[in-house]
Amino acid sequence: MTAPPLLEARNISLTRDGRTILDTVSLSIGRGEIVTLIGPNGAGKTSLVKLCLGLVKPTDGTVTRAPGLKIGYMPQRLAVDVTLPMPVSRFLSLWSRARRADMQVVLAEVGAAHAIDRAIQTLSGGELQRVLLARALLRQPDLLVLDEPVQAVDVHGQIELFELIGSIRNRRGCGVLLVSHDLHLVMARTDTVICLNRHVCCHGKPEDVSRHPEYVALFGRHADALAIYHHSHDHSHADDGCVVPAGHEHTAHSEHQGCGHDHHHLHGHDQAHGGHRHG
Amino acid sequence: MITTIFTAMTKRMEGTVMDDFLLRGLLAGVGLALVTGPLGCVIVWRRMAYFGDTLSHSALLGVALGFLTGIGTQTGIVLVCLTIALALTLLQEQRRLGSDTLLGIISHSTLSLGMIALAVLGSVRVDLLSYLFGDILAVGDADLYAIWGGGALVLALLGWIWRPLLALTVDEDLARVEGVPVRRVRLGFTLMIAIIIALAMKIVGILLVTALLIIPAAAARRFARAPEAMAVMAALIGVGAVVAGLGASLQVDIPTGPAIVAAAATLFLISQTVPARG
Repeated sequence: MTAPPLLEARNISLTRDGRTILDTVSLSIGRGEIVTLIGPNGAGKTSLVKLCLGLVKPTDGTVTRAPGLKIGYMPQRLAVDVTLPMPVSRFLSLWSRARRADMQVVLAEVGAAHAIDRAIQTLSGGELQRVLLARALLRQPDLLVLDEPVQAVDVHGQIELFELIGSIRNRRGCGVLLVSHDLHLVMARTDTVICLNRHVCCHGKPEDVSRHPEYVALFGRHADALAIYHHSHDHSHADDGCVVPAGHEHTAHSEHQGCGHDHHHLHGHDQAHGGHRHG
Repeated sequence: MITTIFTAMTKRMEGTVMDDFLLRGLLAGVGLALVTGPLGCVIVWRRMAYFGDTLSHSALLGVALGFLTGIGTQTGIVLVCLTIALALTLLQEQRRLGSDTLLGIISHSTLSLGMIALAVLGSVRVDLLSYLFGDILAVGDADLYAIWGGGALVLALLGWIWRPLLALTVDEDLARVEGVPVRRVRLGFTLMIAIIIALAMKIVGILLVTALLIIPAAAARRFARAPEAMAVMAALIGVGAVVAGLGASLQVDIPTGPAIVAAAATLFLISQTVPARG
């Protein structure tokens, strides 16, 4: 009954020069699901993303992607040399060709329609993130992978971007893997949180993770801020809202399974959430 | 009377000979500049100027290898450049030293080793200066064919991998996720640099090859809003530099290779007075 996940990583470990970067980490992302990866600097978040993207091979364990899975990837940053003349329209059509009309639609969707003829090096941090998101969306992805999408964006811009990501998920029904180093802003838009510190410290619904001792130990002060935030959104989450699909329990570290939904049910539940938030 | 006619004839013949090697030099230089312009743009965009410099410095080792094995200097250069490029890639992945330090070490040690090898070979008469700074007026028919044939090959290859090359120049991870065969494209690009160094040695010499790659490209930046426009502009500016440099070296007796580079640098300075186009 359970729809197969878009992407599943099973017990992957990554060792480099004798240093353990990731230790038996598992995760799975379903269609329409937003999974947020949080953790301190050096926790291996970017390495895990690169493993999921297939850019890096795991030392141990397997990464399975749904057949024909199309990934839209938004890197942490983009360093295009100033000597390269590169208008946004060209950037969007660099490898996968795109028609100008399609570009305009997607740029409007992310709120960067004005930037189409600007040189990419002249964009502000927030504009560049939106253009990167537009490029990922142009590929009509089944899965969006966003590595720290709000870096170099002010708090107001961060909230806007997260809302945008949430609404894109609702409209397009794609899965989203999001990396963030702080949870309280992504909270409302996330179905599953995986707290990573080389291993999976804890995972589950954002409210549960935010109360988890290991999370509190890692994020201390932030955890308080989160608790307040979490209360204000408590109403929108039913008690059975656990988003870890049955049969995808992760490691011994995970303590938040026990929810017996199949994936189908889950999907509907997500949509209801989305509606609730926007209503 | 007869003597006068004879003298006139000789002068005429000398003139033809003179014109001939001038023409050959000009054609060779123009042919080279048409390729180094676009290729140099990619080197500038990818911030590989010092990488190109290092490969060209190792070319002297290729000359020695060519003499030693009898495979010819140009084949020797291409082989050595490719080997050095491969070694560099492997060493950079180790991340034990900064990239610039690594390039500096390889650049100067291969240049020295090349000179030592040529000195040890001894029996072969080698005009070191012409290898270092080029000797465009000594270009023969065979060189001319090599430059135009090789140049056409490199341009065709560049056109073939242009889109993927641009994609990975913008962001390598992004390109890989989107399905660009990154490794193959990079290897193809390195091969093109190696071939161009081998071809350019005769014109401007291994110490000045990078100049012909970098300077026209940098000068073209101001005039372009799209990558392709910049590539075409760089080719034209390179041709201008070759014509101006060759002309100047005829007017005043100065070495041609350095004159071409000086002309390119002058064009670059002029370009900087033009307002940028985005």
